[in-house]
Amino acid sequence: MLTMQAAPVGLDINAKRQNSMKVLVTVKRVLDYNVKVRVKADRSDVDLANVKMALNPFCEIAVEEAVRLKEAGVATEVVVVSIGPKAVQEQIRTALALGADRGIHIETENSPESLSVAKLLAKVVADEQPGLVILGKQAIDSDNNQTGQMLAALTGLSQGTFASEVKIEGDEALVTREVDGGLQTLGLKLPAIVTTDLRLNEPRYASLPNIMKAKKKPLDVKTPADLGVELRAHTELLSVEPPAERKGGIKVGSVAELVEKLKNEAKVI
Amino acid sequence: MATLIIAEHDNSILKPATLNTVAAAAAIGGDAVLLVAGEGCQAVAGQAAQVAGVNKVLLADNAAYGHQLAENVAPLVAELAKSAGFEYVLAPATTTGKNLLPRVAALLDVGQLSDIVSVESADTFKRPIYAGNAIATVKSLDAIKVITVRGTAFDPVAAEGGSASIEAVTAVHDAGLSRFVGEEVAKSDRPELTAARVIISGGRGMGNGENFALLEKVADKLGAAVGASRAAVDAGFVPNDMQVGQTGKIVAPELYIAVGISGAIQHLAGMKDSKVIVAINKDEEAPIFQVADYGLVADLFDAVPELEASL
Repeated sequence: MLTMQAAPVGLDINAKRQNSMKVLVTVKRVLDYNVKVRVKADRSDVDLANVKMALNPFCEIAVEEAVRLKEAGVATEVVVVSIGPKAVQEQIRTALALGADRGIHIETENSPESLSVAKLLAKVVADEQPGLVILGKQAIDSDNNQTGQMLAALTGLSQGTFASEVKIEGDEALVTREVDGGLQTLGLKLPAIVTTDLRLNEPRYASLPNIMKAKKKPLDVKTPADLGVELRAHTELLSVEPPAERKGGIKVGSVAELVEKLKNEAKVI
Repeated sequence: MATLIIAEHDNSILKPATLNTVAAAAAIGGDAVLLVAGEGCQAVAGQAAQVAGVNKVLLADNAAYGHQLAENVAPLVAELAKSAGFEYVLAPATTTGKNLLPRVAALLDVGQLSDIVSVESADTFKRPIYAGNAIATVKSLDAIKVITVRGTAFDPVAAEGGSASIEAVTAVHDAGLSRFVGEEVAKSDRPELTAARVIISGGRGMGNGENFALLEKVADKLGAAVGASRAAVDAGFVPNDMQVGQTGKIVAPELYIAVGISGAIQHLAGMKDSKVIVAINKDEEAPIFQVADYGLVADLFDAVPELEASL
């Protein structure tokens, strides 16, 4: 709609941007969502020893969206970034098998906090100059829901969080967002930062030939020092405990008994 | 010591989530200042001034803040936090708060604590991780503590009884990066899920969207909100804004009635802090019965109409 009203010069610029749009996607290695979470006996953290790790589901949706943009001819290249110990290269390879073109691994000892991750990603954005950055809205381990918004602040770019639909129209990304009361659509000036919600798409499975091909795709390894970022702690994890157990209640035999209990015992109706 | 609290509103009404966030600020202590940023939102500032325990209301009324775009509101909040020396910036952990506050934190070069459920001390808070399967106690090392608050964990302060002064903020930040295109907001006479005293939710067992009318009839008798499990949303029975769970809304009503919901971990994460849980399911092995105070093994298509008739 916008392009139709734009002057011919605007059209040229938009066409050029679309023709050369690179999409940057971020992925995080987390505890597989099917694995039962156990707190360590000393309550220092969640126990991640010898448990299955996987690509964060929201990141998987981000990769899928980027690959679809490439398949639709909107994006020209999909670059995937992950931050953490060497093991995260496994998740980068997964993203490459799903269709990303090349990977960047920023090697750190642990999984850094959101602001540190955003600072590292801001440097990658400055180097790579993507037209769009797609991140998962949150990681299912720390449940922070911060990195995309922080990256948008640090790069001074627009943000479309909790996206359920992304359309590139001319010089703008139209992002439909899942908000508390329903859906909201924003027009974001490109380049933009988008974070994914669950309903954005249904990620594909990687085929065996694509998994093999992914092993040969380029993967750069960098350090925070290479990027000129000094990591600083903003929080200290004091302890982790299991949640309060909810005691199972009783079975009632009939609707009449249920209503009686709710009225006279629980006193909630 | 002072806390800046972002008021949740739609330019005409102050949303109840604000009251839970003011309660968290009260648990921290010190002055509580509410920021109402919007367009034509004087009425909201008036309501905010009535909230118990609020010392001052800041009113930033400008077209740039009309749809509370993060690109415009975040620099305003960051500027206020720095210039007025706030030690805490709080917002409800709603989609609005979650969208805005990390952008504020990054502008202030500080971290953020998301979704806190308790205040342990001036710098230490508890928050759920791994979908509530573990609770972390976290100490903030930053000079300005930027925090989102899980509403269900804090009893709301009274909406009336306060008499705060209202001060206009004239600073205008219009980043020109984003624009509001439109919205589809569900209209309902029933209470909002996150504010409802009673919730009745349906799962895959409902079979289709039309059958949710059975739940609506019970909801109307109880003044309840109607929710759904992710399975019901994914099956296309009802829209996503009805979803209760890890990826939907976190609720903790007085009474939660789960109908035809098996009780996946992901759903339990969104409702297990409810005071009383009722489960109606024909599968007596369904995990939902492990958290239910009252379980009824029955066909929902018999039990729900009978329940409605007996209320």
